[in-house]
Amino acid sequence: MKAVITVIGKDSVGILAKVSGACAEVGVNVVEVTQSVLQNMFAMIMLVEIEKSNVSFDQLKSNLNKVGENTNTKIHIMHEDIFNSMHKI
Amino acid sequence: MLETKDILETINMIDNENLDVRTVTMGISLLDCLDQDIDKSANKVYDKICRYAKDLVKTGEDIEKEYGIPIINKRISVTPIGMVAAPCQSKNIVKFAKALDKAANTLGVNFIGGYSALVQKGFAAGDYALIESIPEALSVTEKVCSSVNIGSTKAGINMDAVKMMGKIVKDTALKTADKDCIGAAKLVVFCNAPEDNPFMAGAFHGVGEADCVINVGVSGPGVVRAALAKDGQNKDIAEIAEMIKKTAFKITRMGQLVAKEASKRLCVPFGIVDLSLAPTPAVGDSVAYILEEMGLESCGCHGTTAALALLNDAVKKGGVMASSHVGGLSGAFIPVSEDAGMIAAAKKGTLDITKLEAMTSVCSVGLDMIAVPGDITPETISAIIADEAAIGMVNTKTTAVRLIPAIGKKAGETLEFGGLLGSAPIMPIREGSPKEFIQRGGRLPSPLQALKN
Repeated sequence: MKAVITVIGKDSVGILAKVSGACAEVGVNVVEVTQSVLQNMFAMIMLVEIEKSNVSFDQLKSNLNKVGENTNTKIHIMHEDIFNSMHKI
Repeated sequence: MLETKDILETINMIDNENLDVRTVTMGISLLDCLDQDIDKSANKVYDKICRYAKDLVKTGEDIEKEYGIPIINKRISVTPIGMVAAPCQSKNIVKFAKALDKAANTLGVNFIGGYSALVQKGFAAGDYALIESIPEALSVTEKVCSSVNIGSTKAGINMDAVKMMGKIVKDTALKTADKDCIGAAKLVVFCNAPEDNPFMAGAFHGVGEADCVINVGVSGPGVVRAALAKDGQNKDIAEIAEMIKKTAFKITRMGQLVAKEASKRLCVPFGIVDLSLAPTPAVGDSVAYILEEMGLESCGCHGTTAALALLNDAVKKGGVMASSHVGGLSGAFIPVSEDAGMIAAAKKGTLDITKLEAMTSVCSVGLDMIAVPGDITPETISAIIADEAAIGMVNTKTTAVRLIPAIGKKAGETLEFGGLLGSAPIMPIREGSPKEFIQRGGRLPSPLQALKN
């Protein structure tokens, strides 16, 4: 199963490293990353493979939330199907 | 590949525009719980509901976490208890309400609907006793919702039931007068009630339904309003309709996904997605604000009915392609107390009960969550029900009445329910007594529209 991680907030040093670090720690593979910085606002989207994750989805979510708190960003992780079904026919 | 702007749009809808799935409702048939002994029957009802829905709340929460979509309520609807109670010949039908409430508390669901009777053409065994027991049932339970279908396009309107319901609505409010008359907020009187409606208070599991199904009700007035606010300037009305359709499509796709996933995980067939735009008292999540965004100064001013007709139609057109099975009520709701914009308009005096009645002829559902002065007579309540049922009957659509007589209060004051039910400004009603008309009773003949064969 693939999930989408979105990170939105003020740009600062090391956001990408911290989020991908949190993924690597629990065996979550990053498949794709796009990011943009617009007027200091940082938006990063990661497509990740969570089948081999060694923690529950819930745990992963709370790990990422902690990273969000530390980096002053808002992090969501959601099943990719939600975006596929809403935006593709 | 997923596009960044699409992903961010979805996140923004959920975070800032109150997009949510209003309810995942499990419909459970109780037709195999009939028994002549009321205690045995109530036990069977409790056991079956607890067996079938044991994983409902957890599954809802799991989906909520994984997909990141808030699912506000998990609910259960059951076969109309009037039928289940038929063999018991007992006066103490409230036992069923208590069994339903107990099951709802055991399972942790938000509401359980189906303390209902279908009497559009006449009363069958069990129906009369059930209706009589509604005021008590709704005062001794917390999560039970009740509905009575008193008319249909095919059958006409059962005016004996209409007469009875005026008194029942008033008595229900009286019995819960110490709790802001909350009982009446859990009682709906229908014409053309759908059998697969996931929304409360009118949900019940029709007899034509499977043993168990999952129905989903979406929400999202905030998303539609935000779309119009962002891109709606200087657009003509057809373009506005187009924008609403596109937004409704996205909202419904999310509902369809949740419905399919819940049905798969619970091993229960998927029934329908209800396309209704259901407002909440949260600021911005309001149907009235959508109408105002279209260019009305205040909801209730002239033009409101036309704007609502457009909204209702566009929501259906957008939603119907997004789901494999659409059903329930499917339209825009206008529950006054649950909609910040409606509350504001009612307080300002631009929205009154007669304008609301006109609005109900072009949208789902009816006069919903409207507080009326506490000294309203049962005959006047009956007459309001009859008017609303006539609109439904003639237009072959569902209409409903959920009035809350505010015991001890007058027009201009407010009832406070809190939560999803919001707060209701008490609206004045029209002068003149319909007493003689209502006391005639009998059956209002079905209209020519019923003869389609």
